Formats: sequence, C-alpha cells, structure tokens
Amino acid sequence: MATYILQRLLQSAGVMLAVSVAVFFSVYGIGDPIELLVPPQAGAAERLELIQRLGLDQPAWQQYLTFMGNALHGDLGRSFAHGVPAVGLILSRLPATMELVLLALSLAVLVGVPLGLFAGLDPHGKPARLILACTVVGYSLPNFWKGMMLILLFSVLLGWLPTAERGETVTVLGIRTSLFTADGLRHLVLPALNLAIPNVALVIRLVATGTTDLMTQEFVKYARAKGVRPRRIVGRHVLRNILIPVVTVVGIEFGSLVAFSTVTETVFAWPGMGKLLIQSIYQLDRPVVVAYVMLATFLFISVNLLVDILYAALDPRVKLTGGAA
Amino acid sequence: MNAEFTQDAPLLDVQGLKTVIHLPDGAWPAVDGIDFTVQRGEVLGLVGESGSGKSVTGFSIVQLMDSPAEVIAGRVLFNNEDLRLASEERLRSLRGNRIAMIFQDPLMTLNPVLSIGEQMAEAILEHRDVGRQEALRAAADALVRVGISLPEARLRQYPHEFSGGMRQRVAIATAMLNAPDLIIADEPTTALDVTIQSQILFEVQKLARDSGTAVIWITHDLAVVAELADRVAVMYSGRIVEIGPVDEVLDRSRHPYTLGLLRSSAAMVEPGQRLNQINGMAPRIDARPSGCPFRTRCDRAMSICAEQDPTPTIDGRHGFRCHNPMPQRDAA
Repeated sequence: MATYILQRLLQSAGVMLAVSVAVFFSVYGIGDPIELLVPPQAGAAERLELIQRLGLDQPAWQQYLTFMGNALHGDLGRSFAHGVPAVGLILSRLPATMELVLLALSLAVLVGVPLGLFAGLDPHGKPARLILACTVVGYSLPNFWKGMMLILLFSVLLGWLPTAERGETVTVLGIRTSLFTADGLRHLVLPALNLAIPNVALVIRLVATGTTDLMTQEFVKYARAKGVRPRRIVGRHVLRNILIPVVTVVGIEFGSLVAFSTVTETVFAWPGMGKLLIQSIYQLDRPVVVAYVMLATFLFISVNLLVDILYAALDPRVKLTGGAA
Repeated sequence: MNAEFTQDAPLLDVQGLKTVIHLPDGAWPAVDGIDFTVQRGEVLGLVGESGSGKSVTGFSIVQLMDSPAEVIAGRVLFNNEDLRLASEERLRSLRGNRIAMIFQDPLMTLNPVLSIGEQMAEAILEHRDVGRQEALRAAADALVRVGISLPEARLRQYPHEFSGGMRQRVAIATAMLNAPDLIIADEPTTALDVTIQSQILFEVQKLARDSGTAVIWITHDLAVVAELADRVAVMYSGRIVEIGPVDEVLDRSRHPYTLGLLRSSAAMVEPGQRLNQINGMAPRIDARPSGCPFRTRCDRAMSICAEQDPTPTIDGRHGFRCHNPMPQRDAA
C-alpha cells in the first residue's frame, strides 16, 4: 500500500512537470499582457521598467526556468493584475467554490442514488421511464441556459431567491463560509442546483442501469433463495456493488467541478475559483492561469488517488500493490 | 396430529405442477404437469438433459420463478401447506429456513463484495432472532462440518479468496445452517472437478442421514444419482417419464429414454461395452412433437405414440409414461 502510494506520487510529479510545460508556453502564446497592464498615459521609461520588473524581457525558455526554479521553492509567481501571490489568490477563492461543489455533489448522491435504485428496480414501469426521461433533459441542457432559467423562474418571477453573488458569510475554523447563515444558504441554492442537475442525472442513470443489471445476477437470486428480505437485498447486496462506480464518477466530477465551475460561477456572479480563472484569462494574468492549471492538475491527481484507495476499501477484489501500474 | 400420520404424509407433495415460459408467440410449458412426492430424509434424484425442466421444477417448488416464467397450475404441498397459495412473506420465511437451495455455479452465487461471514450469517439472521456473534459462531461450526478448517479466519474472507469447490462447500454449509426439512440442490457439482464432486456428494449424503433432511438432487449425471439417491425421477420435455426407487429405475428401466440415458453414460455401462447415443436432440420448448414428446428419438415408437400422449403406468412404486415400455425383467 505504501509502495503503491509512493509510486503514484512519483508518477504525479511527472504529470505535473508535463502540464507545467504545456500550460506555460500555451499561455505565453495567447498574447502580450503589457498592453493591458500599462496605463495608457504611462511613458516609455515607465513601461520598460514594468516589463523588466515582471521579467517579460527575458526569452520564453528563460522565463520558464525562472518559473520552475521558484515553483520548486513553493512560489508559483505573483498575479500581474493584483500584485499578490497567485496561489494565495486562488486559494482565497477556494471556500466559495468548495461549498458550492460539496452541496451540489451531496445533492447528486442523496437524490441520485435513491431515485436510481427506484428506477432500476422496475425499469419498465411508468415512474422509472419518467425519471429516466428527465435525466436525459437534465444532462443535456446547457449549463448557462439552465442557470438563467433558474434565475428567471425562482428570482425574477417567483422572487423566492436572490439572483446572484454570495450571501452573508461567517468564519468557521478559519474558513469563510456561507453554509451557516440563512442569507448565505439562500444565495447558495440556485448555483448549487445548477451544478447539481447534470450530476443528479448522471448518478441516476448510473445507479439505475447498475441496479437493473445486478438484480438479474445469480447472487441476488441466491440471496432470495436464502430468504433474505427484499429491503436487505437492495440495501446491502445491490447497493454495495453500486457504490463502486458511483464513487468513481463522483470523484472525477468533484475534481472537474472545483476546477471548472466557470460557467455557473459566471452566470451567478459567484466569487469562486472559476470566475477568477475567467477574469485572469481576460486580463492575460499569466501567473494566475498557470498556477490555476497546476493546482487543478494537482487536485485531479489527488482525487484520483483517493478514489483508488476508496475503491480498494469497497471492493475486496482490488488490492493496491506496487509494480505494474 | 399423531405420529403415524406425520410419518405417512410426505414432506413434499407436488401435484400437477405446470410452469410456462412466456415467449412472444405464446406460453410454452417448461414443466408440464408433474407429480411426485418426497419423504422426510429421502434423497430424490431429478435427472434429465438440458431443457428437460428439471431446474425449473426446483425453482417452481419454492416459487422463485421470475418473468418470463410463471407457475400456472398445480399444488406444491410442503408440510401440508400449499406453497402456491402462500404469501410472499410466508415464502420468504420458508426459503433458506425450511427449504434451502444450493445453486449450480458456485462462482456466481456469492456476492463478490460481501464477506463469507456476512453472507452465511444473514441466512440465520433473516429467520431467527439471534445476535450477530451467535450467527457467526453457527456459521463457523457449519464450515467445520463441511471440512473447511480455520473457519473464523475464513468467515472474514471474501468469495474471490475461495476456490470453486470451497465456495460450493460454503453453499452447502449455508444450506445446513437452519437444519432445513428440504434441500434443493440444482446441479451443485457440475462445475466442480470429479474428486471434489465425490467429497461433496458424501457430505450431503451424511447430512441427509444425520439430520433427517430430505434432498432433491437435480443433475444430468446418472452415476451421481446411482451413488446418492434413494429414488429417482427422470424428466423429459417437462414431464416425469419414469420414477421409482433408484435400483428399480436404473436396473429395470421401463422407459426407453431412461435406458438411452444409461447406455450413453460412461460410468453406467460395463467396461468394454459400447456407448450409445440417443438419436437426435431434445426438441425445443416451442417445437415439441404431438403425442409422446420422445417418439421422434425413440426406436420403439409406434403409430399410437404420435396420436396419444401416454398416461402414467404404475407398477408398485415404479411409474412410467410409455405406450411401448421395455419388457419387464426379473431381478436376477
């Protein structure tokens, strides 16, 4: 197990290195940030001074080496636009995104698994067909449109919920969160719902097909022949098998939601990481974009490792061993 | 209820049982009106080729037939209670408790992600009001009885850590847990190699003898039946074509199909004698011939066989359904 994790970490270092090269040079190719950074009324001397201070006079490979040198010391650079360390800037936006994602994925599991089980047990019944039809719609509607429709319905027409932005926050365990205030929760509902809908649909479909398939398995018939109650057959024999794919999908979705909830955060003016990424790309704030992608990569790698460890805990046939990877 | 009556009433009395498979073009009988009884402590061998309806019979007894199959007629009297009329909860309380089943493929019947201990203990916990620890102790005892050592450690393991033979022992141990009145074993040794097969046969025989459990042993293997069973029922195209005490049916077969099976079984003919195949294939469920379903493969068929379905002939404890049975031989 320890060997396995060590091996995975080494592989991860390689992946991070490759990603850093790809991102650094592609961001470099997007455009010259100087035009956006230097005030129009600034003189040539001022302009030159800024270019030198940001190290933009160096050739690209030189800039990359400087970046990597600093990165190895834990410094991923300072934001051109905000003048603060890029990592700190991104992490300051993390709690807002995190609470959105955790709420959305909890919804996906808490709603998706029971509905999926229900639909999977009687896949040809009317309720199941209705649920499965809804999942197709839920999964295929574009995110931005769905977000705007939610705002239109719940905020503009019904006036139940605020249209945008984060509500009142309190600091719990050193993290600013809106999960513990009524106003904060009211602001959370719509963006979280918007993120949750496609994931609820995904989990329902996954659980429904899994359940239908598992119920025809010989071990389910054997459990019935043992006189096991239907409740236990579904809740234990079937659910325990279903959790394996659900954990995988939810893990992957967690990574991509944290890193790339840009559309939802933009539609709801949510001050999270995704909105920061979009702003930074517009401003050609290279250090923030690079640091962002590096952090996202790290997040994906960690989540994948965590999923594999959970996998081994859920499926006794899976053993985490070093060697063949 | 006096002692005499209890002894006389069979444990299981199946009358006119009919199970159909619903296909797009109609309902075809997989089991076509069969009658048989099983006494307490008796081992009945249920023999036939694939598709003869023998497995369907086993599952029909405990009413575990799922769509598209359906039991549509007959009575299944178990301890004088008709299981066809029993509620689903009543059936559940009998399954695994008074009637246990052992399935054909031990690799498919255990849930891969639950421990052996949990899967054995639940067979007790779903029927009796005992603690988990007590259930696990009973499971450990049962494992020892089927020859699995270090039972406590084994109970913590998962199915993939057991070989096929070991898993089938687990299934047998599980079937024994509640000391059932009847075990229905559906080709439990088919997937196993020969040495393990005979060990398992021995264990089941011992169990039946020691605890008075009756067994319905479903198989295509006459050699197994000869070794294990008290009585044998031979099935063909959803019917019982011959039934009786095992020596009687195997040594003095009256139905040509039984004889055909015997002659085609390597273990049942004298060394040096030729093995004979039965002509042709068993007819598909939706293409059975008129009259006697075996007539198209039978070398004793007469014109009446195509016109009339033979009715059962009873000769003492020996019954058969044939217009032109093998002549009776004296036991010599």
